[in-house]
Amino acid sequence: MRLGTFYARLAKTCCAATLAAVLLTGCATQRQPYDYTAFRQSHPASILVLPPLNNSPDVGATYSMLSQVTLPLAESGYYVFPVSLVDETFRQNGLHNPAEMHDVKPEKLREIFGADSVLYITVTQYGTSYSVISSESRVTAEARLVDLRSGQALWSGTATASSAEGRNNSGGLVSLLVQSIVSQIVESATNQSHPIAGITSYRLLAAGMPNGMLYGPRSPKYKTDGSALP
Amino acid sequence: MKRPCCKKTVVQLSIVALLLLAGCATKTEPLYYWGDYQPQVYGYFTKDTGPEEQIASLEAGLEQARASGKSVPPGYLAHLGVLYAQGEHQDQMLKYFQAEKKQYPESTAYIDFLSRKFKQPE
Repeated sequence: MRLGTFYARLAKTCCAATLAAVLLTGCATQRQPYDYTAFRQSHPASILVLPPLNNSPDVGATYSMLSQVTLPLAESGYYVFPVSLVDETFRQNGLHNPAEMHDVKPEKLREIFGADSVLYITVTQYGTSYSVISSESRVTAEARLVDLRSGQALWSGTATASSAEGRNNSGGLVSLLVQSIVSQIVESATNQSHPIAGITSYRLLAAGMPNGMLYGPRSPKYKTDGSALP
Repeated sequence: MKRPCCKKTVVQLSIVALLLLAGCATKTEPLYYWGDYQPQVYGYFTKDTGPEEQIASLEAGLEQARASGKSVPPGYLAHLGVLYAQGEHQDQMLKYFQAEKKQYPESTAYIDFLSRKFKQPE
């Protein structure tokens, strides 16, 4: 009997240890490493960013996001087509909403813009929810990079940012920065979601993030990332 | 008068913060002199700032970029061209489109496509 209890206890301990190990490894390797094979073979130098599709209730989301995509991509080493001129080109050709622009065939985009790749962005969340205790501005977006020469999908990702992330005091420079921006916005009473969209855009599109974009040819870090993992 | 000023400060602060964030991740300094480029583009889309105001801000930014020894980012010069086009200054527009092409040869096919369109008789 006593031996039985011992074995039961041993089994329990083993179970707990296994569970802990699984949880820990889970933490360490939360994400599968991204397969950059197609991206590295394509190595695009230029990116045409189309005005984002907007699935949020805020009509301002498309251009709030579009006006803030150039910085992370250009600083990552890509040529980003002039977003205002690109939008105007579509309008001159009778396309006035992002859905129509996203429907244009890759060959046609390549012909007009001569871009190596196109980035399709969808804003899924954009806006401020108000409650008695506090309000929260949240912006979430997903992106898909496609090679315009081969039509091949190169990369996709998603990111979110919220004005509430600094509040739980979890610390860190990033949350401090977010918090300081947010308190500024509250004081000035402008569109609260716009700076949050800037953070979302950065998290989504800057190279060097886990499973993020790779560096482009104009960056000193070009070809230093996304290599096959050992 | 006070609100646009505050708004500008907020936008600038957020750029500074973003660059700081970029600094954290990559430990390199920015490749470009950004000035007010992205806030001006936002103002262009929302129509909160008129073409003259934007041109003044971006032309001043060009001077500051020269002084800092950095280039202006992709799209900066072409956006100036768009603003001049709004004011019917087609010569200035084409000048800035060519400047974009010269600084960023990746835009050659697109700028040539646009230039051909403008040269066509109406």
